[in-house]
Amino acid sequence: MSEMRQITYRQALNEALAEELERDPSVFLMGEEVAEYNGAYKVSQGLLERFGPKRIIDTPISENGFAGLGVGAAMVGLRPIIEFMTFSFSLVAFDQVVNNAPNMLTMSGGQFNIPITFRGPNGPAHQLGATHSHATECLYANVPGLKVCTPATPRDAKGLLKTAVRDNNPVLVLESELLYSSKGLIEPAETELLIPLGQAEVKREGADVTIVCYAQTVPLALAAAEQLEDEDISAEVLDLRSIKPLDERAIYDSVAKTHRVVIVEQDRPFCGVGAEVCYRIQKNIFDELDAAIARVSQEDVPIPYNERLERAVLPNADKLIAAVKKVCYA
Amino acid sequence: MPAAEQRDEVEMLWLMLLIRRFEERASQQYQAQKIGGFCHLYIGQEAVVTGAVATTRFDDYVITAYRDHAHALARGTSANACMAELFGKDTGCSRGLGGSMHFFDKEHHMYGGHAIVGAHVPLACGLAFACKYRNEDRVTLCFFGDGAINQGAFHEALNLAALFKLPVIFICENNLFAMGTSVERSTSLKQIIDRAEGYDIPGCVVDGMNFRHVRDTLSEVVASIRKDPHPAFVEARTYRYRGHSMSDPASYRTKEQLEKYRLDDPITRLRAQLTREGKLTNEKFDELDKEAKRIALEAVKFAEESEEPPLEKLYDYTYANGAVKAAPSLPKNNSAAEKKAAAAS
Ligand SMILES: Cc1ncc(C[n+]2csc(CCOP(=O)(O)OP(=O)(O)O)c2C)c(N)n1
Repeated sequence: MSEMRQITYRQALNEALAEELERDPSVFLMGEEVAEYNGAYKVSQGLLERFGPKRIIDTPISENGFAGLGVGAAMVGLRPIIEFMTFSFSLVAFDQVVNNAPNMLTMSGGQFNIPITFRGPNGPAHQLGATHSHATECLYANVPGLKVCTPATPRDAKGLLKTAVRDNNPVLVLESELLYSSKGLIEPAETELLIPLGQAEVKREGADVTIVCYAQTVPLALAAAEQLEDEDISAEVLDLRSIKPLDERAIYDSVAKTHRVVIVEQDRPFCGVGAEVCYRIQKNIFDELDAAIARVSQEDVPIPYNERLERAVLPNADKLIAAVKKVCYA
Repeated sequence: MPAAEQRDEVEMLWLMLLIRRFEERASQQYQAQKIGGFCHLYIGQEAVVTGAVATTRFDDYVITAYRDHAHALARGTSANACMAELFGKDTGCSRGLGGSMHFFDKEHHMYGGHAIVGAHVPLACGLAFACKYRNEDRVTLCFFGDGAINQGAFHEALNLAALFKLPVIFICENNLFAMGTSVERSTSLKQIIDRAEGYDIPGCVVDGMNFRHVRDTLSEVVASIRKDPHPAFVEARTYRYRGHSMSDPASYRTKEQLEKYRLDDPITRLRAQLTREGKLTNEKFDELDKEAKRIALEAVKFAEESEEPPLEKLYDYTYANGAVKAAPSLPKNNSAAEKKAAAAS
């Protein structure tokens, strides 16, 4: 393989969009401020200039309307990429994302699949308050017919987004505002980078405990693993990358090696992603476990604006380290 | 001839000054990173909310979107409580839990501060519905931006208001842009006010840079609603001098456009009108302005010195009647917490 490059998560998404728009004329990007403003978070920078207003389309603030437009266009064979300025605003379009997009194939007896990508930042950012901080992965992963992925690195962001656009089903690419400017290694621009949905990745090998994480909790888990190393705890960091489909094989392989698990998720504790992962581990490889599984998630409250309280609500490295020590009886 | 009661104009000029000086301080404190999250300033639009409260009663209801500092101040929420909210302090109008976009003040009938575009317009119908239900003659003032008029919630709310004849005034603060999207690029109508006609709601356009025009027009609307409940729609044409939020450089509009509106400044205009009519001296104006600046500065000090909301209270406001966080203990020890949870649900 030729030289790897360093690019930002934002650039990686931008490359993915540009490549898929270039490759397939039925792909278009629609959302608030995606064209003339180059995206609220500049993910679509330069795309209007390159692909023109027919394919890079600014909308009014009408999430329910343009998400539904996307589903309709997908019924007749276009491949819409619908950007939500944040997934907190996807709640305005909940009916389209949850009722129309994923149900259509079944309801029509297999006649209408919906090849649509919904993408945008998801999860708490920084002091945005209760309405603007939703981690929606548990809501959407609950819906049969939807696929949900949560890239944490530039490479995953590009590879997963490209795969999502080519998938014949509704796929949600849940990005992270806090990761847009983060950098990482990625193949040269000319390499076709596709990362399959449903494939987790070990981001760091370890022997004593498996930290299952995704999206914003991946950098957090890596930082915690570094610190734990100093205390002679070797943590394996397993990035789910997709919430649905879930790579159970990768989880079980890691757990069979370490026998201890901490799940760190950015969503809520009640019916959160970790609850599902936890259930599957104990159901399928209970005998491999040397300790009860621990979860680190948000507190079960609407997210407060105050910085100190917000910090208390969200998962962080200290909470994760404490949980790891607990399952390691350290 | 104004139809509804009106407040003193010098007092209203003072209110506009207070809003402006408060926002300038907020901007400065945001840059100093004393304020987090998103922060949207109202500078330039002062005549709209001021004109509206000038002709309504203190017990009328106000609800707005996230550009809400001015609406709270206009309602009578203290600058201290507003600034403390921006600082995330326990003394803030939402106890530091809401932040810039979520100002609430029950005592002053300020029903938020709502950050999902369009989502509060149906709430305004609910406020107005309750007034009618209880045979109260209150009016609900519902403010929103030009960007909100393309949300489904907005359309459903207008139809409900018309159908149920609810005493609510929909006040669209048309500052020409929703973030970087101009009205022409977001809305199929030639003018926003035509939305009202589609729902058979009486509507009018006011010059949102002109305090008297806003007040006098609303005065008649309010009088009519108090007599016989019905919805109304007012499009206030105005302008925000600053970017959409603190992080927006506003490169989608021209300097000339901004200058044009700055020359039409609502504070300068009312000052000139009052001075011309002999109701205000330069000395008096300077005194008012000095006082507004002092209060804004004082508010910063108050906010800085205030306590943070206590960590122990984290769960107190998730449900009414207090925390229901289950004790992390074994089921057999858990019955007290469960009873509490059951009681709250
Ligand atoms: C449902 C929803 N979509 C998008 C946003 C992001 N957003 C916040 S303000 C805004 C522009 C709104 O403009 P306008 O209604 O004209 O009000 P103004 O900012 O001019 O006061 C957008 C798109 C949001 N808060 N809620």
